[in-house]
Amino acid sequence: MELAYSKTDEAFRKEVRAWLKKNLPKKDKAISDLMPHDPERVKRAKDWQRTLHSAGYVAMNWPKEYGGQGADIVRQTIVNEELVLARAPGMIGASGLQMLGPTLIQYGTEEQRRRYLPTILTAEEIWCQGYSEPGAGSDLASLRTRAEIVGDEFVVNGQKVWTSNAQFSDWMFCLVRTDPDAPKHRGISYVLIDMKSPGITVRPLVQMTGDAGFNEVFFDNVRVPRANLVGELNQGWMVANNTLFHERNMLGSTTRTQLMMQNLIRLAQTHQRYGKPAANDPIVRQRLSSLLTRVEAMKYHSYRQLTNAIKGRAPGVGAMVSKLVGTELNHDICALALEIMNSYAPLKKGAARVIDNGTWQYEFMFTLGLVIGGGTSEVQKNIISERGLGMPKSG
Amino acid sequence: MDFGLSEEQEMLQQSAREFLTQECPPTFVRAMYTEPDGFSRELHRKMAAQGWTGLLIPEAHGGLGLGMLDMAVLLEEMGRAAVPGPFLFSSNLFTLALMQGGTSAQKKQWLPRIATGDAVGTLAFLEEDDRIDAAGIQLKAKKTRDGYTLSGTKMFVPFAAVADVLLVAVRTKGKAEDGISLLLLERDSPGVTISPLDIFDQTRRVYEVTLQNIIVPKAAVVGGEDQGWKVLSRVIDAACTALAADSLGGAQKSLEMAVDYTKIRTQFNRPIASFQALKHMAAEIVSEIEPARSLVWYAAHAFDTLPREASRAASLAKACLSEVYAQTTNRAVQMHGGIGFTWEHDMHFWFKRAKWNEFAFGDATYHRERLAQLEGF
Ligand SMILES: Cc1cc2nc3c(=O)[nH]c(=O)nc-3n(C[C@H](O)[C@H](O)[C@H](O)COP(=O)(O)OP(=O)(O)OC[C@H]3O[C@@H](n4cnc5c(N)ncnc54)[C@H](O)[C@@H]3O)c2cc1C
Ligand SMILES: Cc1cc2nc3c(=O)[nH]c(=O)nc-3n(C[C@H](O)[C@H](O)[C@H](O)COP(=O)(O)OP(=O)(O)OC[C@H]3O[C@@H](n4cnc5c(N)ncnc54)[C@H](O)[C@@H]3O)c2cc1C
Repeated sequence: MELAYSKTDEAFRKEVRAWLKKNLPKKDKAISDLMPHDPERVKRAKDWQRTLHSAGYVAMNWPKEYGGQGADIVRQTIVNEELVLARAPGMIGASGLQMLGPTLIQYGTEEQRRRYLPTILTAEEIWCQGYSEPGAGSDLASLRTRAEIVGDEFVVNGQKVWTSNAQFSDWMFCLVRTDPDAPKHRGISYVLIDMKSPGITVRPLVQMTGDAGFNEVFFDNVRVPRANLVGELNQGWMVANNTLFHERNMLGSTTRTQLMMQNLIRLAQTHQRYGKPAANDPIVRQRLSSLLTRVEAMKYHSYRQLTNAIKGRAPGVGAMVSKLVGTELNHDICALALEIMNSYAPLKKGAARVIDNGTWQYEFMFTLGLVIGGGTSEVQKNIISERGLGMPKSG
Repeated sequence: MDFGLSEEQEMLQQSAREFLTQECPPTFVRAMYTEPDGFSRELHRKMAAQGWTGLLIPEAHGGLGLGMLDMAVLLEEMGRAAVPGPFLFSSNLFTLALMQGGTSAQKKQWLPRIATGDAVGTLAFLEEDDRIDAAGIQLKAKKTRDGYTLSGTKMFVPFAAVADVLLVAVRTKGKAEDGISLLLLERDSPGVTISPLDIFDQTRRVYEVTLQNIIVPKAAVVGGEDQGWKVLSRVIDAACTALAADSLGGAQKSLEMAVDYTKIRTQFNRPIASFQALKHMAAEIVSEIEPARSLVWYAAHAFDTLPREASRAASLAKACLSEVYAQTTNRAVQMHGGIGFTWEHDMHFWFKRAKWNEFAFGDATYHRERLAQLEGF
């Protein structure tokens, strides 16, 4: 066992850190944090990803022929850690980078890889995930958006919902039903849809945080070339699961959690509650330490997953728990922050006297969304017990 | 970056599991429940033959010279099997204390015998008020010309009845950390009386040890006069890590037993494993055990190679596993229904051991507070 990164990796970390110090974009006060989808913000975010890409820091572990660096996964991990520690803006092309990209590398045709991967890296094309429907959430396989084959095109009709970022996405990786008569898992196909196609309507949905992060998407005779099919016809369920696996990995990442934990401890030390710093209260201390224990466990848990990846080992049941544990942990950290703030807790972002710019309040709500998105905690538990422990499906 | 076990460690894990499946099945644990000392010298010798009793002992003294991470791998397996006996106290804690602070004569006298399994050592440091910090050590040793005399009581001494030698923590000065000394005391010495405390976890026997006008020579001091806390605090870190490793194995085993049971038990015309209430319970256990395993490895690794992080890591592991093991066994009994509540079923061995592990060397609350102090908040 060797917990430290190698000397060359540490040298690389220094390089990244120095680069970030020089190149991190300045905050623009004119653009509200509350509006992550403001066009001006989107443009700046794309610029930022492009800058990162020119430095070679985006999806470094992708093969060279598709614009990656063919570097090992440790390098990308270091970059991700440094980005979080520097409080850099998140990458706008995350769903392309972390969900579709790895799926195309595994299941896509050579043509698809060459066509789509490079523009994912540069944020030239932003992707959204078209899985959920009004009648198909946790029970994703019961989705009904239809795609009929006419000539060498699919004709798509139906509706998606909760589609994050659809309002400014260029493309959607989408699940459609191509065989209505087959058992529900066997009639689904995975297709790539150009969001500028005629017949697509996107309607933003406002989230409880106050910003419009996700959308409804309607398809009215939308034509999609057959070449945009990923994997085999009617075999999209397997491909979709692959993407979901990558999504859960992304959602289970822990560097941000560590940072939140540090901020929480600082808040507890500085904020007075009932006349003394919150951190002096033995019960608050217990709860802080309890969260810290969970955060540290997840930190070393992620090192274990990384080690498995380096050694080329199957992820195993350990990887299945990351999303469940990680998302609930983030939410619990924010919940304690609000408790510590007491009367100050319900203040909104931007309000007079709000503590820490209202980040806790925003994150408290946002992190609850992550407990639901990508498969709810209940669904994660089904996956763990069925696939991880071999317990039978519920009657 | 390599946060995983080495090939050798995985081999140790594998061979330990095979050995203990053979030599320490639940029927054996059950038999030890009714043995007066709860200890099988035969099993202890067999473990010695595997090299386990000397795992941490340097090769020069007849051991394998391995580290705490290897020990943690082994202890996890022992926790799986709920191995009864003094192994953890003798071959881990007592051994470490001697390696840390022992004179070469002391090492020469005890380490080879512990490695071969001929001798058993244990730790006598708790007293009636059950504190694991330095202030809890109040038993006074009076200095004489060539040593010390002492009278008093040590509590909860593990396996004192089968130990050949006790490491007794005494106060030679002051009130805090700067006046503690550790003394080697042979169990047969005149003035030593041991009486068993009736304990529900029969795999971990403990005793009340009364010392009456004991005379100990200077040569019996481990770690220097008044300097014992340095050794003892390191032993406490080791104990937290060791118990966490044992708890990890016990929790994993309890989970497996419960899940296996739910797959064969039918109610309402189907295996109870198909009921979501039980599936989610099982999934929650896995979600606690998997991250917890990482903390155990981290604590063991830190003990070996990151001295500045060792105490913090030990508290993290102990705080976490104290709860995880107890909660796991609770739920595992629940998943077994009525049968899990019987003496005949094996489940209660782990259930009880979880409680022992939970409170020994500081429970979760204690370690969370220690953690808060170490973190500086
Ligand atoms: C912030 C956010 C962003 C999202 N972004 C996207 C996106 O970009 N693209 C996309 O396709 N989707 C997206 N989603 C949708 C997300 O995947 C679904 O919300 C999620 O899968 C749950 O489905 P549902 O909302 O229909 O809830 P339901 O499935 O109706 O669930 C309601 C409740 O019932 C429980 N439940 C349902 N089935 C079971 C079961 N079998 N056992 C036990 N409990 C059960 C659930 O756990 C939940 O508590 C997003 C969601 C959120 C919150
Ligand atoms: C101390 C004690 C005293 C008792 N005294 C008596 C007595 O005097 N007279 C008497 O007749 N009985 C008595 N019982 C028996 C008791 O009623 C049963 O143990 C109890 O009903 C559970 O049944 P079981 O043991 O067969 O467990 P099982 O039914 O096999 O249950 C095993 C596990 O599966 C779960 N499970 C089972 N079905 C479902 C489901 N549909 N959904 C979700 N989870 C499920 C259970 O909750 C449990 O966790 C006693 C039991 C105990 C522990």
